[in-house]
Amino acid sequence: MNPSHIERGPLFFRDRDWHPAAYTPGYKTSMTRAPFRPLVAMGSTLSEETGPAFGHSMIGALDNNLIMNFTGQPAIGERIIMHGRVLDETGRGVPNVLVEIWQANAGGRYRHKKDSYAAPLDPNFGGCGRTLSGPDGAYEFLTVRPGAYPWPNRVNDWRPMHIHISVFGSGFGQRLITQLYFEGDPLIAKCPIVKTIGNDKAIQALVAPLDMNRAIPMDCLAYKFDIVLRGRRQSFFENRKEGM
Amino acid sequence: MQPLEYLKETPSQTAGPYVHIGLTPNTLGNPGIYPEDLGLSPIRDGAKGQLITITGHVQDGAGMIMRDALIESWQADAQGIYPGNDPRGAADPNVTGWARIIADFDSGEWTLSTVKPGRVPFPDGRMMAPHISLWVVARGINLGLQTRIYFEDEDNESCPVLQRIEHRPRVQTLIAKQTAPGQYRFDIVLQGDNETVFFDM
Repeated sequence: MNPSHIERGPLFFRDRDWHPAAYTPGYKTSMTRAPFRPLVAMGSTLSEETGPAFGHSMIGALDNNLIMNFTGQPAIGERIIMHGRVLDETGRGVPNVLVEIWQANAGGRYRHKKDSYAAPLDPNFGGCGRTLSGPDGAYEFLTVRPGAYPWPNRVNDWRPMHIHISVFGSGFGQRLITQLYFEGDPLIAKCPIVKTIGNDKAIQALVAPLDMNRAIPMDCLAYKFDIVLRGRRQSFFENRKEGM
Repeated sequence: MQPLEYLKETPSQTAGPYVHIGLTPNTLGNPGIYPEDLGLSPIRDGAKGQLITITGHVQDGAGMIMRDALIESWQADAQGIYPGNDPRGAADPNVTGWARIIADFDSGEWTLSTVKPGRVPFPDGRMMAPHISLWVVARGINLGLQTRIYFEDEDNESCPVLQRIEHRPRVQTLIAKQTAPGQYRFDIVLQGDNETVFFDM
Protein backbone atom coordinates (compact mmCIF):
# COMPACT_ATOMS: atom_id res chain seq x y z
CA MET A 1 0.00 0.00 0.00
CA ASN A 2 1.32 3.40 -0.95
CA PRO A 3 1.62 5.41 2.30
CA SER A 4 0.73 8.65 0.56
CA HIS A 5 -2.51 7.03 -0.54
CA ILE A 6 -3.37 6.16 3.06
CA GLU A 7 -2.75 9.72 4.22
CA ARG A 8 -5.15 11.05 1.60
CA GLY A 9 -8.17 8.90 2.40
CA PRO A 10 -11.47 10.26 3.71
CA LEU A 11 -11.71 10.51 7.49
CA PHE A 12 -13.57 8.00 9.64
CA PHE A 13 -16.79 9.49 10.98
CA ARG A 14 -16.45 10.94 14.46
CA ASP A 15 -18.37 9.02 17.17
CA ARG A 16 -20.06 11.91 18.93
CA ASP A 17 -21.62 9.62 21.51
CA TRP A 18 -18.09 8.80 22.66
CA HIS A 19 -16.93 12.40 22.82
CA PRO A 20 -18.49 14.79 25.35
CA ALA A 21 -21.72 16.45 24.26
CA ALA A 22 -21.60 20.21 23.74
CA TYR A 23 -24.25 21.07 26.34
CA THR A 24 -23.22 19.64 29.72
CA PRO A 25 -24.81 21.65 32.56
CA GLY A 26 -22.53 20.19 35.25
CA TYR A 27 -19.78 22.20 33.55
CA LYS A 28 -21.48 25.58 33.76
CA THR A 29 -19.54 27.45 31.08
CA SER A 30 -20.73 24.96 28.46
CA MET A 31 -24.33 26.11 28.95
CA THR A 32 -23.87 29.35 26.97
CA ARG A 33 -21.11 28.07 24.69
CA ALA A 34 -22.86 25.02 23.22
CA PRO A 35 -24.59 25.32 19.83
CA PHE A 36 -28.30 24.56 20.19
CA ARG A 37 -28.86 23.71 16.54
CA PRO A 38 -27.78 20.41 15.04
CA LEU A 39 -24.38 20.12 13.39
CA VAL A 40 -24.51 19.88 9.60
CA ALA A 41 -23.11 16.42 8.88
CA MET A 42 -21.41 15.18 5.73
CA GLY A 43 -18.36 13.20 4.73
CA SER A 44 -14.96 14.84 4.82
CA THR A 45 -13.68 16.82 1.83
CA LEU A 46 -10.21 17.83 0.74
CA SER A 47 -10.49 20.74 3.19
CA GLU A 48 -10.61 18.31 6.14
CA GLU A 49 -8.34 15.64 4.62
CA THR A 50 -5.37 17.98 4.15
CA GLY A 51 -3.66 19.78 7.00
CA PRO A 52 -0.59 21.71 8.08
CA ALA A 53 2.79 19.98 8.33
CA PHE A 54 5.51 20.91 10.81
CA GLY A 55 9.24 20.34 10.50
CA HIS A 56 11.85 19.13 12.96
CA SER A 57 13.81 22.32 12.33
CA MET A 58 11.32 24.34 14.37
CA ILE A 59 11.70 22.19 17.49
CA GLY A 60 14.32 23.38 19.98
CA ALA A 61 16.44 20.96 21.99
CA LEU A 62 14.56 21.64 25.26
CA ASP A 63 11.08 22.13 23.81
CA ASN A 64 9.87 18.80 25.26
CA ASN A 65 11.62 19.30 28.62
CA LEU A 66 9.34 21.40 30.81
CA ILE A 67 11.63 20.95 33.80
CA MET A 68 14.40 22.92 32.09
CA ASN A 69 12.91 24.90 29.20
CA PHE A 70 11.86 28.07 31.03
CA THR A 71 15.03 29.38 32.69
CA GLY A 72 17.49 26.54 32.35
CA GLN A 73 17.22 25.92 36.11
CA PRO A 74 15.13 22.92 37.23
CA ALA A 75 11.48 23.31 38.16
CA ILE A 76 10.21 22.08 41.54
CA GLY A 77 7.94 19.03 41.71
CA GLU A 78 7.58 15.33 41.08
CA ARG A 79 9.75 14.55 38.06
CA ILE A 80 7.91 12.46 35.45
CA ILE A 81 8.26 11.24 31.90
CA MET A 82 5.03 11.46 29.90
CA HIS A 83 5.28 9.27 26.83
CA GLY A 84 3.19 7.32 24.36
CA ARG A 85 2.32 7.07 20.69
CA VAL A 86 0.09 9.01 18.37
CA LEU A 87 -2.02 6.41 16.55
CA ASP A 88 -5.05 6.50 14.33
CA GLU A 89 -8.15 4.36 14.75
CA THR A 90 -6.65 1.64 12.55
CA GLY A 91 -3.81 1.31 15.08
CA ARG A 92 -1.22 2.79 12.74
CA GLY A 93 1.41 5.13 14.22
CA VAL A 94 1.07 8.71 12.97
CA PRO A 95 4.56 10.13 12.34
CA ASN A 96 5.76 13.73 12.26
CA VAL A 97 2.75 15.30 13.92
CA LEU A 98 2.95 18.17 16.37
CA VAL A 99 2.06 17.43 19.99
CA GLU A 100 1.82 20.47 22.29
CA ILE A 101 1.15 20.34 26.04
CA TRP A 102 0.51 22.87 28.79
CA GLN A 103 -0.11 22.51 32.50
CA ALA A 104 -0.07 24.04 35.96
CA ASN A 105 3.00 23.74 38.18
CA ALA A 106 3.39 21.27 41.05
CA GLY A 107 1.19 23.47 43.26
CA GLY A 108 -1.65 23.78 40.74
CA ARG A 109 -0.81 27.33 39.62
CA TYR A 110 -0.71 28.38 35.98
CA ARG A 111 1.65 30.98 34.56
CA HIS A 112 -1.28 33.00 33.14
CA LYS A 113 -2.34 36.51 34.08
CA LYS A 114 -5.89 35.35 34.80
CA ASP A 115 -4.87 32.68 37.33
CA SER A 116 -4.93 34.15 40.84
CA TYR A 117 -4.83 30.93 42.87
CA ALA A 118 -2.97 31.19 46.21
CA ALA A 119 -0.35 28.59 45.28
CA PRO A 120 2.82 30.40 44.17
CA LEU A 121 4.39 30.44 40.74
CA ASP A 122 7.57 28.45 40.34
CA PRO A 123 10.17 30.89 38.93
CA ASN A 124 11.69 28.07 36.89
CA PHE A 125 8.50 26.61 35.43
CA GLY A 126 6.81 28.01 32.30
CA GLY A 127 4.33 25.19 31.76
CA CYS A 128 4.41 24.48 28.04
CA GLY A 129 6.19 22.04 25.76
CA ARG A 130 6.03 20.64 22.26
CA THR A 131 7.49 17.84 20.16
CA LEU A 132 7.03 15.99 16.87
CA SER A 133 6.05 12.32 16.86
CA GLY A 134 8.72 9.93 15.58
CA PRO A 135 8.49 7.53 12.61
CA ASP A 136 6.32 5.12 14.62
CA GLY A 137 4.24 7.88 16.21
CA ALA A 138 6.17 7.87 19.52
CA TYR A 139 6.51 11.05 21.59
CA GLU A 140 7.81 11.95 25.06
CA PHE A 141 8.04 14.85 27.48
CA LEU A 142 9.90 15.40 30.72
CA THR A 143 7.91 17.48 33.18
CA VAL A 144 6.72 17.78 36.77
CA ARG A 145 3.40 16.31 37.82
CA PRO A 146 0.90 19.18 38.01
CA GLY A 147 -1.06 19.84 41.18
CA ALA A 148 -4.84 19.83 41.52
CA TYR A 149 -6.48 23.24 41.78
CA PRO A 150 -9.84 24.81 42.62
CA TRP A 151 -12.00 26.49 39.99
CA PRO A 152 -15.15 28.59 40.11
CA ASN A 153 -17.86 26.18 38.97
CA ARG A 154 -19.72 24.88 41.98
CA VAL A 155 -18.55 26.14 45.38
CA ASN A 156 -15.97 23.44 46.00
CA ASP A 157 -14.95 22.07 42.60
CA TRP A 158 -11.34 21.00 42.10
CA ARG A 159 -9.72 19.86 38.89
CA PRO A 160 -7.83 16.58 39.09
CA MET A 161 -4.16 16.68 38.22
CA HIS A 162 -4.06 17.01 34.44
CA ILE A 163 -1.96 17.94 31.43
CA HIS A 164 -3.61 19.62 28.44
CA ILE A 165 -2.68 18.08 25.08
CA SER A 166 -3.12 19.51 21.59
CA VAL A 167 -2.40 17.27 18.62
CA PHE A 168 -2.51 17.55 14.84
CA GLY A 169 -3.05 14.69 12.42
CA SER A 170 -2.34 14.59 8.71
CA GLY A 171 -5.71 16.26 8.07
CA PHE A 172 -7.25 19.38 9.65
CA GLY A 173 -10.39 17.34 10.43
CA GLN A 174 -8.35 15.24 12.88
CA ARG A 175 -7.47 18.26 15.02
CA LEU A 176 -7.93 17.42 18.71
CA ILE A 177 -7.45 18.92 22.16
CA THR A 178 -7.82 16.78 25.26
CA GLN A 179 -6.55 16.32 28.82
CA LEU A 180 -4.44 13.60 30.41
CA TYR A 181 -5.36 12.45 33.93
CA PHE A 182 -3.25 10.32 36.27
CA GLU A 183 -3.95 6.78 37.47
CA GLY A 184 -5.47 6.66 40.92
CA ASP A 185 -6.40 10.32 41.31
CA PRO A 186 -9.60 10.38 43.43
CA LEU A 187 -10.62 13.76 41.97
CA ILE A 188 -11.20 12.26 38.50
CA ALA A 189 -14.54 10.77 39.50
CA LYS A 190 -15.73 14.08 40.98
CA CYS A 191 -14.78 16.42 38.15
CA PRO A 192 -17.60 18.02 36.09
CA ILE A 193 -15.29 18.45 33.10
CA VAL A 194 -14.33 14.76 33.14
CA LYS A 195 -18.02 13.92 33.50
CA THR A 196 -18.92 15.81 30.32
CA ILE A 197 -17.95 12.41 28.85
CA GLY A 198 -20.89 10.08 29.28
CA ASN A 199 -19.14 6.77 28.72
CA ASP A 200 -16.90 5.36 31.46
CA LYS A 201 -14.68 3.55 28.96
CA ALA A 202 -14.09 6.86 27.23
CA ILE A 203 -13.14 8.45 30.55
CA GLN A 204 -10.69 5.63 31.21
CA ALA A 205 -9.09 6.37 27.83
CA LEU A 206 -7.91 9.69 29.33
CA VAL A 207 -6.27 8.17 32.42
CA ALA A 208 -2.52 7.55 32.05
CA PRO A 209 -1.20 4.49 33.90
CA LEU A 210 1.99 4.57 35.91
CA ASP A 211 4.68 2.95 33.73
CA MET A 212 7.48 1.62 35.92
CA ASN A 213 9.21 0.13 32.86
CA ARG A 214 9.87 3.60 31.56
CA ALA A 215 10.74 5.18 34.95
CA ILE A 216 14.40 6.04 35.45
CA PRO A 217 15.70 4.72 38.81
CA MET A 218 16.73 7.44 41.23
CA ASP A 219 15.56 10.08 38.75
CA CYS A 220 11.92 10.14 37.58
CA LEU A 221 8.66 8.18 37.32
CA ALA A 222 6.82 7.66 34.03
CA TYR A 223 3.22 7.71 32.78
CA LYS A 224 2.11 6.32 29.43
CA PHE A 225 -0.54 8.02 27.30
CA ASP A 226 -1.41 6.98 23.75
CA ILE A 227 -3.33 9.49 21.65
CA VAL A 228 -5.74 8.11 19.03
CA LEU A 229 -6.80 10.28 16.10
CA ARG A 230 -9.60 9.72 13.58
CA GLY A 231 -8.73 7.00 11.09
CA ARG A 232 -8.53 7.42 7.35
CA ARG A 233 -10.25 5.11 4.90
CA GLN A 234 -7.91 3.05 2.76
CA SER A 235 -10.43 1.54 0.35
CA PHE A 236 -9.94 2.15 -3.34
CA PHE A 237 -13.72 2.25 -3.72
CA GLU A 238 -15.00 5.69 -2.83
CA ASN A 239 -17.99 7.48 -4.28
CA ARG A 240 -15.98 9.93 -6.35
CA LYS A 241 -17.52 10.18 -9.78
CA GLU A 242 -14.22 10.88 -11.50
CA GLY A 243 -12.78 7.69 -9.98
CA MET A 244 -9.66 7.50 -7.86
CA MET B 1 -17.68 -13.39 14.88
CA GLN B 2 -14.29 -11.78 14.35
CA PRO B 3 -13.57 -8.72 16.46
CA LEU B 4 -13.53 -5.36 14.70
CA GLU B 5 -10.19 -4.21 15.94
CA TYR B 6 -10.45 -0.48 15.55
CA LEU B 7 -9.28 1.85 18.28
CA LYS B 8 -11.55 4.60 19.54
CA GLU B 9 -10.56 8.23 18.99
CA THR B 10 -9.19 9.84 22.15
CA PRO B 11 -12.13 11.72 23.71
CA SER B 12 -11.96 15.48 23.55
CA GLN B 13 -11.84 17.80 26.55
CA THR B 14 -12.17 21.57 26.69
CA ALA B 15 -9.06 23.63 26.00
CA GLY B 16 -9.89 25.48 29.23
CA PRO B 17 -9.20 29.11 30.16
CA TYR B 18 -5.40 28.91 29.91
CA VAL B 19 -5.00 27.53 26.38
CA HIS B 20 -2.67 30.43 25.54
CA ILE B 21 0.01 29.10 27.88
CA GLY B 22 0.51 26.16 25.59
CA LEU B 23 -0.38 27.44 22.15
CA THR B 24 0.51 31.15 22.12
CA PRO B 25 2.93 31.66 25.04
CA ASN B 26 4.71 34.68 23.55
CA THR B 27 1.49 36.52 22.79
CA LEU B 28 0.29 35.75 26.31
CA GLY B 29 3.41 37.28 27.83
CA ASN B 30 5.43 34.14 28.62
CA PRO B 31 8.41 34.67 26.30
CA GLY B 32 11.64 32.73 26.33
CA ILE B 33 10.49 29.19 25.70
CA TYR B 34 9.89 29.31 21.93
CA PRO B 35 11.46 31.88 19.56
CA GLU B 36 8.00 32.78 18.27
CA ASP B 37 4.43 31.50 18.43
CA LEU B 38 3.31 29.14 15.70
CA GLY B 39 0.76 30.09 13.07
CA LEU B 40 1.28 33.86 13.20
CA SER B 41 0.38 34.07 9.50
CA PRO B 42 -0.89 31.60 6.86
CA ILE B 43 1.14 33.38 4.14
CA ARG B 44 4.63 34.75 3.56
CA ASP B 45 5.65 37.79 1.53
CA GLY B 46 5.13 37.11 -2.14
CA ALA B 47 2.05 34.92 -1.79
CA LYS B 48 0.02 35.08 -5.00
CA GLY B 49 -3.57 36.22 -5.01
CA GLN B 50 -5.78 38.89 -3.47
CA LEU B 51 -4.67 40.01 -0.01
CA ILE B 52 -7.64 40.13 2.35
CA THR B 53 -8.25 40.83 6.03
CA ILE B 54 -11.07 39.22 7.98
CA THR B 55 -12.09 40.61 11.36
CA GLY B 56 -14.58 39.23 13.81
CA HIS B 57 -15.45 38.13 17.30
CA VAL B 58 -16.86 35.05 18.98
CA GLN B 59 -20.09 35.55 20.93
CA ASP B 60 -21.70 33.21 23.44
CA GLY B 61 -25.38 32.45 24.03
CA ALA B 62 -25.72 35.26 26.55
CA GLY B 63 -24.53 37.83 24.01
CA MET B 64 -21.11 38.17 25.63
CA ILE B 65 -18.06 38.63 23.40
CA MET B 66 -15.55 35.95 24.35
CA ARG B 67 -12.03 37.04 25.20
CA ASP B 68 -10.61 33.57 25.73
CA ALA B 69 -11.37 31.90 22.37
CA LEU B 70 -8.68 30.41 20.15
CA ILE B 71 -9.33 29.77 16.47
CA GLU B 72 -7.25 27.95 13.90
CA SER B 73 -7.74 28.43 10.17
CA TRP B 74 -6.82 26.20 7.22
CA GLN B 75 -7.11 27.18 3.58
CA ALA B 76 -5.94 26.55 0.05
CA ASP B 77 -3.80 28.96 -1.99
CA ALA B 78 -5.23 31.32 -4.60
CA GLN B 79 -5.37 28.47 -7.13
CA GLY B 80 -7.29 26.21 -4.76
CA ILE B 81 -4.35 23.90 -3.92
CA TYR B 82 -3.65 22.95 -0.30
CA PRO B 83 -0.08 23.10 1.01
CA GLY B 84 1.45 19.78 2.01
CA ASN B 85 -0.48 16.66 1.16
CA ASP B 86 -2.83 17.83 -1.60
CA PRO B 87 -2.93 14.95 -4.16
CA ARG B 88 -3.27 17.45 -7.04
CA GLY B 89 0.17 18.99 -6.74
CA ALA B 90 2.28 21.61 -5.01
CA ALA B 91 0.79 24.79 -3.62
CA ASP B 92 2.18 28.32 -3.74
CA PRO B 93 5.38 28.00 -1.63
CA ASN B 94 4.50 31.27 0.12
CA VAL B 95 1.18 29.91 1.40
CA THR B 96 1.44 27.72 4.51
CA GLY B 97 -2.34 27.71 4.79
CA TRP B 98 -2.61 27.46 8.57
CA ALA B 99 -2.96 30.15 11.22
CA ARG B 100 -3.60 30.31 14.92
CA ILE B 101 -5.81 33.28 15.75
CA ILE B 102 -6.58 34.51 19.24
CA ALA B 103 -9.12 37.02 20.37
CA ASP B 104 -7.70 40.23 21.82
CA PHE B 105 -7.57 39.84 25.60
CA ASP B 106 -9.42 43.15 26.09
CA SER B 107 -11.75 43.63 23.11
CA GLY B 108 -12.32 40.05 21.97
CA GLU B 109 -11.69 41.06 18.33
CA TRP B 110 -9.63 38.79 16.11
CA THR B 111 -8.06 39.39 12.71
CA LEU B 112 -6.83 37.09 9.95
CA SER B 113 -4.73 38.57 7.13
CA THR B 114 -4.27 36.17 4.23
CA VAL B 115 -4.89 35.60 0.52
CA LYS B 116 -8.35 34.69 -0.69
CA PRO B 117 -8.35 30.95 -1.43
CA GLY B 118 -9.35 29.47 -4.78
CA ARG B 119 -12.09 26.90 -5.29
CA VAL B 120 -11.47 23.32 -4.16
CA PRO B 121 -13.29 20.20 -5.44
CA PHE B 122 -15.89 18.33 -3.39
CA PRO B 123 -15.39 14.52 -3.44
CA ASP B 124 -17.79 14.10 -6.39
CA GLY B 125 -15.83 16.59 -8.49
CA ARG B 126 -18.14 19.60 -8.17
CA MET B 127 -16.34 22.72 -7.00
CA MET B 128 -16.81 24.16 -3.52
CA ALA B 129 -16.98 27.96 -3.30
CA PRO B 130 -13.84 29.64 -1.88
CA HIS B 131 -13.73 29.11 1.85
CA ILE B 132 -11.46 29.04 4.88
CA SER B 133 -11.96 26.21 7.39
CA LEU B 134 -12.07 27.22 11.06
CA TRP B 135 -11.69 25.24 14.28
CA VAL B 136 -12.84 27.04 17.42
CA VAL B 137 -11.86 26.07 20.96
CA ALA B 138 -12.29 27.79 24.34
CA ARG B 139 -13.30 27.26 27.93
CA GLY B 140 -16.80 25.77 27.87
CA ILE B 141 -16.38 24.14 24.44
CA ASN B 142 -16.02 20.39 25.04
CA LEU B 143 -15.13 19.44 21.45
CA GLY B 144 -13.61 21.90 18.98
CA LEU B 145 -16.22 23.42 16.66
CA GLN B 146 -15.72 23.18 12.88
CA THR B 147 -17.06 25.93 10.66
CA ARG B 148 -16.15 27.75 7.43
CA ILE B 149 -15.79 31.31 6.20
CA TYR B 150 -17.27 31.97 2.76
CA PHE B 151 -17.24 35.37 1.00
CA GLU B 152 -20.26 37.43 -0.04
CA ASP B 153 -18.59 38.56 -3.28
CA GLU B 154 -18.18 34.99 -4.57
CA ASP B 155 -20.63 32.61 -6.23
CA ASN B 156 -21.77 30.55 -3.25
CA GLU B 157 -25.00 29.24 -4.81
CA SER B 158 -23.36 26.22 -6.43
CA CYS B 159 -21.25 25.13 -3.44
CA PRO B 160 -22.16 21.49 -2.65
CA VAL B 161 -21.46 22.02 1.06
CA LEU B 162 -23.66 25.11 1.38
CA GLN B 163 -26.37 23.36 -0.64
CA ARG B 164 -26.55 20.67 2.02
CA ILE B 165 -27.71 23.14 4.67
CA GLU B 166 -31.41 22.41 4.96
CA HIS B 167 -32.35 25.57 6.86
CA ARG B 168 -31.58 28.05 4.09
CA PRO B 169 -31.72 31.20 6.26
CA ARG B 170 -28.75 29.80 8.20
CA VAL B 171 -26.44 29.82 5.17
CA GLN B 172 -25.73 33.52 5.65
CA THR B 173 -24.09 32.79 9.02
CA LEU B 174 -21.16 31.32 7.04
CA ILE B 175 -20.72 34.26 4.66
CA ALA B 176 -18.27 37.02 5.52
CA LYS B 177 -19.60 40.50 4.74
CA GLN B 178 -17.40 42.83 2.73
CA THR B 179 -16.85 46.10 4.60
CA ALA B 180 -14.30 47.63 2.17
CA PRO B 181 -12.29 46.28 -0.75
CA GLY B 182 -10.40 43.27 0.60
CA GLN B 183 -11.88 43.73 4.09
CA TYR B 184 -14.43 41.31 5.55
CA ARG B 185 -16.37 40.89 8.77
CA PHE B 186 -17.13 37.39 10.13
CA ASP B 187 -18.64 37.05 13.59
CA ILE B 188 -19.11 33.61 15.12
CA VAL B 189 -22.19 33.08 17.30
CA LEU B 190 -22.02 29.92 19.37
CA GLN B 191 -25.65 29.80 20.47
CA GLY B 192 -29.02 31.47 19.99
CA ASP B 193 -30.25 33.92 17.34
CA ASN B 194 -28.07 33.84 14.23
CA GLU B 195 -26.21 30.84 15.60
CA THR B 196 -23.33 30.00 13.25
CA VAL B 197 -23.57 26.74 11.32
CA PHE B 198 -21.11 24.18 12.66
CA PHE B 199 -20.20 21.01 10.80
CA ASP B 200 -19.64 17.36 11.60
CA MET B 201 -17.33 16.52 8.69
